[in-house]
Amino acid sequence: MADMKAQRDAYGEVLAELGRKYPNMFVLDADLTKSTKTVTFQKEFPERHINCGIAEGNMMAVAAGIATCGNIVFASSFAMFAAGRAYEQIRNSVCYAHNNVKIVATHAGLTVGEDGATHQCLEDLGLMRSIPGMVVLAPSDAGSTKAACRFAAEYDGPVYIRLGRLPLTKFNDEENYKFGLEQADVLADGDFATVMFCGPFYDLAMQVRELFAKNGLNIRVVDVPCIKPINRTVVKNAVKETKTIVTIEDHNIYGGLGSAVAEAIAEEDIPERKSVELIRIGAQDIFGKSGAPKELLERYGFSAVEIAKKIIKTVCPGCEKNFTF
Amino acid sequence: METRDFAKNMRKLIVEAIYNSGSGHPGGSLSCADIVAVLFNEEMNKSPENPCDPNRDRFVMSKGHAAATLYSALALKGFFPEEEMKTFRKMSGRLEGHPDMKKIPGVDMSTGSLGQGISAACGMAVYGKRAEKPYRVYAVMGDGELEEGQCWEAFMFAAHYKLDNLCVFIDFNGLQIDGEITKVMSPLPIPEKMKAFGFNVIEIDGHNLDEIRAALKNAKETKGMPTAVVCHTVKGKGVSFMENVASWHGTAPNKEQYEQAVKEIEANG
Repeated sequence: MADMKAQRDAYGEVLAELGRKYPNMFVLDADLTKSTKTVTFQKEFPERHINCGIAEGNMMAVAAGIATCGNIVFASSFAMFAAGRAYEQIRNSVCYAHNNVKIVATHAGLTVGEDGATHQCLEDLGLMRSIPGMVVLAPSDAGSTKAACRFAAEYDGPVYIRLGRLPLTKFNDEENYKFGLEQADVLADGDFATVMFCGPFYDLAMQVRELFAKNGLNIRVVDVPCIKPINRTVVKNAVKETKTIVTIEDHNIYGGLGSAVAEAIAEEDIPERKSVELIRIGAQDIFGKSGAPKELLERYGFSAVEIAKKIIKTVCPGCEKNFTF
Repeated sequence: METRDFAKNMRKLIVEAIYNSGSGHPGGSLSCADIVAVLFNEEMNKSPENPCDPNRDRFVMSKGHAAATLYSALALKGFFPEEEMKTFRKMSGRLEGHPDMKKIPGVDMSTGSLGQGISAACGMAVYGKRAEKPYRVYAVMGDGELEEGQCWEAFMFAAHYKLDNLCVFIDFNGLQIDGEITKVMSPLPIPEKMKAFGFNVIEIDGHNLDEIRAALKNAKETKGMPTAVVCHTVKGKGVSFMENVASWHGTAPNKEQYEQAVKEIEANG
């Protein structure tokens, strides 16, 4: 079995590392220090960790106030309460005022699992992406989580980082993987279709690729941990060279990666954009429910076979009978 | 300049700016003018030469719609030319309808959405405590603003972290846009609630300069808890026809009303 690690464990570790590097760094939490793992920072730097209690709106504006004094502030809660409940504080006190606050939201998406729909935030990327100047990141393993946080600490301005709850396959180096604006990594090349994913879907994207490889077809796989600003070159190349694009995200199909890619395609000044096919895998404008994450993903269409069927139906209708699943 | 005159000049600039722009919030701007006058003219360590001094006292106008009050104090203190008050709320200017810290020197926090400024002030104060900074943090809030739940989250935070470097002025003028606060959604009793939330509470006449000064002294001497100064004020104070009339919350005077207002402010101070 591949080496697995939860993003929030990586987050806890990198916070402590950054705390050593930046003496002006503060970390805020809203009564979830053990879940978000900011407790790791709290143990090493208690004087720079502030528990705000179950009051996320206040926490975001407190974060802004601390940032006005020349500090880097990381503020964490579950995505539902960070981006959801505190949306307007993020919009006005953090982003409009351009305060140096990094919002690291854990437990995003359906993969929260058993807690159910009230805790499965499927709208945060859309909310955060629509705020002017906000950088929106959705890293996909422990290595890119650490790299995203290192980047955020260095970057002057608001950043939203979305993390999930589950352990994920490690495919980026935790120490050396580098991260920048418009980060997008082509993990495997191909010409039949392009699968672009963010968050917890490295394994799923690779399974789709393997299914096609068995049938002698190559799928391009792109990890897109930077949702805003999106890497338009990678999208443009996919449009020109593969003509079918699949996006996979643990988010509503409205507002997140699928929307960002759709916008990029629509605005590209190349003739192929008129014939390209886009398949958005994600929550199809629904709320989730309780269940094991694996069961939920199956139910809502996050399966390699289902995705492969959609690709074939789009690229080569009628070819399904010749395809070995 | 004597603070009495400073406040009078602030009031003139406030009504002039709102008259020129044809929009703004005269009622709540005039009710907190004396508090802001004492803070800027006597109390706070703030200098236009070094508006970003890390050790400066911080001021947050949590009731951001009283932007004209803050701007008038900043202009009189030389943070920008008085002449610039003419650009208040205008496309060509930087004096936004609600304070913008990125554009205007001397503005320590962008505010406007009620309830958020007090949280940001708590952030400044908690950092000051943790980093052992010498500055104090002052916030001015509206009484209607207290209807925002976030204020009470912030008050809990301020008391929990013993922010004795934070002093909150509550501009208790009794009116909000839709009418009397007790009829719209009563936040009363304010002093008792603030006490229950762990504040050192002082109740004063918010237009009496000596009472404002005494409250500031009391706040500075109080250790281990934040201070709330509940200021009984008159909405529209200084302009007879605006006083205690809710509709002057967000209405600009016409030419005749403006001239009358200036005459009254000059006569009464």
